[in-house]
Amino acid sequence: MLKNPPVGQPAIRVEGLRVVRGGRTVIPGLSLEVPHGQVVGLLGPSGCGKSTLMRSIVGVQKVAGGVVEVLGLPAGTEPLRHRIGYLTQAPSVYTDLTVRENLAYFAAVVGTPRSGIAHEVARVVEMVDLGSHVDASVGALSGGQLSRVSLAAALVGAPDVLVLDEPTVGLDPVLRRDLWVIFRRLAADGATLLVSSHVMDEAVRCDRLLLMREGEFLADDTLSGVLASTGAADAEQAFLALVDQARDRAAAGGTTTSEVSS
Amino acid sequence: MSPRLMLVTAGRVLRQVRHDRRTLALLIVVPCVLMGLLAWIYADTPVFDSIGAPLLGMFPFLVMFLVTSIATLRERQSGTLERLLTLPLAKADLVGGYAIAFGALATVQALVAGTFAVYALGLDVAGQDWLLIVVAVVDALLGTALGLFLSAFAATEFQAVQFLPAFVLPQFLLCGLLVPRDRLPDVLHWASDVLPLSYAVDAMRTITVDASAGADVAKDVGIILGFVLVLVGLGAATLRRRTD
Repeated sequence: MLKNPPVGQPAIRVEGLRVVRGGRTVIPGLSLEVPHGQVVGLLGPSGCGKSTLMRSIVGVQKVAGGVVEVLGLPAGTEPLRHRIGYLTQAPSVYTDLTVRENLAYFAAVVGTPRSGIAHEVARVVEMVDLGSHVDASVGALSGGQLSRVSLAAALVGAPDVLVLDEPTVGLDPVLRRDLWVIFRRLAADGATLLVSSHVMDEAVRCDRLLLMREGEFLADDTLSGVLASTGAADAEQAFLALVDQARDRAAAGGTTTSEVSS
Repeated sequence: MSPRLMLVTAGRVLRQVRHDRRTLALLIVVPCVLMGLLAWIYADTPVFDSIGAPLLGMFPFLVMFLVTSIATLRERQSGTLERLLTLPLAKADLVGGYAIAFGALATVQALVAGTFAVYALGLDVAGQDWLLIVVAVVDALLGTALGLFLSAFAATEFQAVQFLPAFVLPQFLLCGLLVPRDRLPDVLHWASDVLPLSYAVDAMRTITVDASAGADVAKDVGIILGFVLVLVGLGAATLRRRTD
């Protein structure tokens, strides 16, 4: 865990990011700064570019232009790989290994010394509450348990920045609440979290919301800020109001964000 | 590159195979069954002694090619490859780990099949029996390396499985088993010169007919190991951290 975050430098900095996939512009030009210790919710319908933005930040996405920096370093560069935890949208663990074998492997890969691996595995297993399944084959677990194993694998090595693509999808309300408690605790310890979701009610858990649609941010504000500016009662209503506003602007021939940036 | 991460990765791959008992059994048993069948269909003829050795090199090559192709394709499709590429694991560590794990399996497989062919089926060659086993191990390694490299170009299981008829069977046709390589049309002879399986079969044929051919066999084995290193290197080089 990062004990003394450098002052003034954001944990994540994206400037003018442009991503083209299969000839289609998925992200026309995004900019974003996330300070250390913040929990940022990236909300929007599926297909809006959330995963593409996250993949760009962890450095596995081919980008067509712009700057993406994490902890002051270009995304995906070697020194960052010890310090960034990434949860892919589909659970990415080995279904033919046990929970323990999976986590021990990822712990070794992130550089945990041999003697510390058992301890590290126990630590993350406890965080995601899988203690009773630690020796079960991952393929035999339920969908919710499987996604928790995948989350635990992103937590090994206590990375400074966590990029979590829909970590709570398919989980029951109790478990979702427990995971958000963990995310808050990680942020309190100095970690920076970018968490995507298409469940708008998770907005209340975040310090800051990015409402995303068609590769652009409709809003970048706190929940209360978003609610105040739209007059909506909750995040979902606010999102719909923002979509309508954007559509009205486009219909009126006004410049939308995408025309400005592309 | 880190030897520790390479070994940790090899250990993880072997653990995956260990949980899959049937695959493990198939890996060990299938080449023996095929050799047994071959000995049986040529019972009471000298044919088994003349083509037994080249085919002893072929079967582990085929099996390891398929197993390795599918294993690496699964890594790509399950998302674990994407996760690993965000972590401090060098591409060479991953490909090397796979090569070590499947190389170890290939060694066991070729040892068992070779021992079975010589001692149970009575495969009789002019050269030393242990040379047969060494070449079988090297051929199995070649299958692993070819699978590691080619699976990078397979987007689906359908494609990966068809790489066997597409890239392996032509080598089988040209390797000298059906028609000796020096009697092939010129163009095909040149082609066979650059295909690795030709050297595998050359080595096995030399052992079959020549009692003192250690040097020739060593040269072929050296060439095959060269192919193995190049293919593993290409496998690592074609792995991309950033994808579309």
